[in-house]
Amino acid sequence: MDHLTAARAQMGTSLAFHYIFAAIGVGLPALLVIVEGLWLRTKDPTYYRLARTWSRALLLLFAIGAVSGTTLSFELGLLWPEFMRHAGAVIGVPFSAEGFAFFIEAIFVGIYLYGWERLAPFQHWLCSLPIALSGALSAAFVTAVNAWMNTPAGFDVVRGAVTDVRPLEAIFNPAMPTEVVHTTLSAYVFTGFATAAAYGVTLLREPGNRYAAKGLRVAMLLGAVAIPLQLVAGDVSARFDAHVEPIKLAAMEGQFRTERGAALQIGGIPDPAAHQTRYALRIPYLLSVLSFEDPHAVVRGLDAFPAKDEPPALPVHLCFDAMVGSGTLLLLIAAWWAYGTKLGLRPPGRRLAQSIALSGVLAFVAMEAGWMVTEEGRQPWVAVGFLRTADAVTSAPALDVTFYGFTILYVFLAITLAFLLLRIRTDEKSDPPRRRPAPALS
Amino acid sequence: MTTDVLVALTALAAVALYAVFGGADFGGGVWDVLASGPRKHAQRELIGHAIGPVWETNHVWLIFLIVVLFTCFPAAFADISIGLYVPLTFVLVGIVLRGAAYAFRSQAYRAARFSQVWGHVFGVASVIAPFFFGCAIGGLTVGGYGWTTPFALLTGLLAVALCAQIAGVFLTLETRGSLREDFRTRAMLATVVLAAVGACALAVAYVTAPGVFAALARMQALPGIATAMTLGCVVLLALWTERYALARAAVALEAVAVLAGWYAAQAPYLIPGVLTYAQAAAPPATLHAFLWLCGAGALLLIPSLWLLFAVFKSEPLRES
Repeated sequence: MDHLTAARAQMGTSLAFHYIFAAIGVGLPALLVIVEGLWLRTKDPTYYRLARTWSRALLLLFAIGAVSGTTLSFELGLLWPEFMRHAGAVIGVPFSAEGFAFFIEAIFVGIYLYGWERLAPFQHWLCSLPIALSGALSAAFVTAVNAWMNTPAGFDVVRGAVTDVRPLEAIFNPAMPTEVVHTTLSAYVFTGFATAAAYGVTLLREPGNRYAAKGLRVAMLLGAVAIPLQLVAGDVSARFDAHVEPIKLAAMEGQFRTERGAALQIGGIPDPAAHQTRYALRIPYLLSVLSFEDPHAVVRGLDAFPAKDEPPALPVHLCFDAMVGSGTLLLLIAAWWAYGTKLGLRPPGRRLAQSIALSGVLAFVAMEAGWMVTEEGRQPWVAVGFLRTADAVTSAPALDVTFYGFTILYVFLAITLAFLLLRIRTDEKSDPPRRRPAPALS
Repeated sequence: MTTDVLVALTALAAVALYAVFGGADFGGGVWDVLASGPRKHAQRELIGHAIGPVWETNHVWLIFLIVVLFTCFPAAFADISIGLYVPLTFVLVGIVLRGAAYAFRSQAYRAARFSQVWGHVFGVASVIAPFFFGCAIGGLTVGGYGWTTPFALLTGLLAVALCAQIAGVFLTLETRGSLREDFRTRAMLATVVLAAVGACALAVAYVTAPGVFAALARMQALPGIATAMTLGCVVLLALWTERYALARAAVALEAVAVLAGWYAAQAPYLIPGVLTYAQAAAPPATLHAFLWLCGAGALLLIPSLWLLFAVFKSEPLRES
């Protein structure tokens, strides 16, 4: 494996892994705010059991999120030192803000998870609020950095050196508002549907399980609120790309030629050698309408840009369609659930429960594919127009060794984690909530 | 005081806080590996309980340190990341395994075998991380990123011994009775080992790295080093006379003094002979923004941390 590929593979694996836990670190606290709040309001012990179970899961998932996040902060330097050398002074401020937000989150996670017996119920619930808030804020700040990589702002380059840094301008860079909203919502979509899916599976096995039905309802409420908002946010993001990052939009849509009245191409295989997307379902004029609200608008294709700046259209287009397709299916499932169960007041039927069980996978695909669109769509740049990925990579040798090493480590962690989460599920069915948090050793 | 010195001190504060709090956690892992005697089991349980609520927080100081470095001294961050790629990768593996193992172990309350395996991973990773961290710092100090030089390897051992000492002292305040005795003995032992490794490191520096020795013997470094040695003696005496709160204060300050001495020996260089703090510093606007952010962040952090420690560290978690 060549040097650059190894570095990208390691960063990509680390990020794809971390993304799952980062999203849960944003979404699960929101679910805890809701479910523990419901317990306080209704005194229904089922909500208490749900809150206890979810907080056990949070302990594991947050821990893995924290260590995989630490890995990323190291890897910024270990893999991309030249990027950090040039950009560190500009993106460091939003990263620092993210650090503080994460710090607050970690502190209150500690209080929350270990404080069930030490705090009065209302005090304990109050501690869930800063977790949810700082979790969302830390996601927003770190996404602001990613947005900066797409639309770098807030600095000047004089003779190769970064000068006149304007930190606020760097944080509030052009892509920041749309990307922050889209990414933060993805965390709620993913956590909502993934949690609902777990209870959907339980309901398929035990249709009368009232505990699982309640868990599913709370999780679906979050997912069903987030998914329509997410589709709107996604549409706004794509239109932002049409205006500001047209080359990315061209790759996302598999649009090789600049066209007036461009068709929307769904699916298909982009073939960069032939400059066309084969076998796609084409809907005339729709891409022009979606991008510029005008059926005769000109949409720039990849041919409008220098070949050396071209992102890889094949993965970008396929991931984009996977994201939009999964997101649309999630919206349909959410609508079916909202209508079919009167927002969860009735138990879901078998077909619906099956769809909800499937929605966890769809939410995962949508989230990871969406992230791939951002990253692959930005290539060959690490910071668009400022630094190329190939110029950012480290000169340290044997990157493939660390790539394989970390991949094995992550696979290993993922298997253990899955095993333990399944254990929590088993306990969930048999156990009343335990009085004390799990002892460290038994 | 110029802005870059102020920021350098912030970075140093992050290293110091990580050494004290993160060090206490790593040291907990060291004592987990070395758990012995009739109360072996109780020792491990105490370590797990003591670390529980704060382990996540204690490791955020490391993230803070990395962020300070790449925000305020990006050129040094880039150079260090390239030069010390190997030891820092080992640090990272240690941190990932340790954090994951701790969480896994805490959830595996019924599967004894599982919890045993992850308990070992937790312990071993807790030794690996500070060792390679110490080697990296030693390698930075000797120059040429010589993290495998005798001096750097001894710095690695020094870091492990320091963690063990801090954890031993802290754990005496988390318990009572014979378990407290166990950790009192262990903390005293660690203090002696630390002193011995420190003396060896100085001797090795004298022989193999005269530049480092000369830097450490400079007037500006001596107060820090002398204070650290004195505080080491205070720790030993306080443990001997069973004044645990005093021992805790002394051991925390001792760690700070060690790092202050190291900083003073290197100053004004961040990477000796290559980059000074001023040369590596980011443009002033970044440094100012960062310092303002730290001020604002501290206003939120300090009360939150106070709450965390007030809830969990107000009384011993376990009587024995």
